[in-house]
Amino acid sequence: MRTWWWKILCILLVGYTVIAGFLIPVPRLDILNETIRNLYFHVPMWFTMIALFTASGIYAIKYLRSGRLQDDIYSAHYAITGIAFSVYGMLTGMEWAKFTWGEAWSNDPKQLGSAMCMLIYFAYLVLRNGLKDEEKRAKISAVYNIFAYALMIPLIFILPRMVDSLHPGNGGNPAFKQYDLDSNMRLVFYPAVTGWMLLGFWMATLRIRLHLYRFKKENSFAFENN
Amino acid sequence: MRKTFITAILLVLAAFTARAQTQEPEMADALRANGKIYVVVTVLATIFAGIIIFLVRLDRKMTKIEKNN
Repeated sequence: MRTWWWKILCILLVGYTVIAGFLIPVPRLDILNETIRNLYFHVPMWFTMIALFTASGIYAIKYLRSGRLQDDIYSAHYAITGIAFSVYGMLTGMEWAKFTWGEAWSNDPKQLGSAMCMLIYFAYLVLRNGLKDEEKRAKISAVYNIFAYALMIPLIFILPRMVDSLHPGNGGNPAFKQYDLDSNMRLVFYPAVTGWMLLGFWMATLRIRLHLYRFKKENSFAFENN
Repeated sequence: MRKTFITAILLVLAAFTARAQTQEPEMADALRANGKIYVVVTVLATIFAGIIIFLVRLDRKMTKIEKNN
C-alpha cells in the first residue's frame, strides 16, 4: 500500500454510501418511489467511468509526448477499468429503467449514446489486442484513445440533451438536482460519487502496478540476456 | 371584496395540497417500520466488507512483490 490514505477514505465513503444510502430519508416521488436510491449507485458508475477515461486520455497524450511504454500501460489500464465501470453503469441503468420506464431497453437517446460510447471503447480493446508490436500498439492505441475520448463527450453529454429523452437531465427533462436532489440526498450523493471514483482508481492502480511490474521484469530479463 | 377573493383562492389551494398529501407516492414504509431494512443494510455491508478485504489483501501482496523486485 504505497499511499494508503485515499484508500481508507474510499472505504469510509463507499461504506457510508451503502449504509446511509438505505437509511437516510428520500423525497417521496411518483414512479421512482424507493428506486430513487439507485442514484447513489448508478450515477457514480458513469462519473467514475468518465474520470477513468479522462485519466486514460491524459496518459495517452503523455505517451505520445514522451514515448515511454509505462505511460501506455497507465493509459490502457485506466481505459479497461473505465470500460468495466461503463458496463456496470449500463446494466444498473437497464435494471432501473425496467421498473421506471417500463422496459430495460427503450432506444432512449441516452441509452443509445452511451452504448455507442461503449462500442467505441470496446473497439479500443480489439485494436490493442490486434497489434503485436509493442511500440506500434502503444502509438496507434494512444491516437485512437484521444479520438474515442473526443467522441465520448458529445455522445454522452451533448446529443442526448438535444432530443427528447426519458433520462433525467436530458431533452427538457429536468435533472435530479432541480427538483428532488434535496439536502438529505446530497448528504449521500456527493460522498458516494467521491467514494466510487476512488474505488475505480484503486482498482485501476492495482492493474497498472501488476502490468508495470511485468513490464519491468520482462525488460530486465531482456537486458540480462543481452 | 378583493380580500375575500384572495382568501377563497388560498382555501382552494390549501384544499388541493391537502388532497395531494393524502395521495402520497408509495414508499417502503413498512420495511422501515418493522426494522427489516437493517437486514438489507447488513447484507450489503457484509458484501462490501468482503470486497474491501479482497482488495486490501491483493494490494498488500502487490506491494510485497514490488518490494522484492
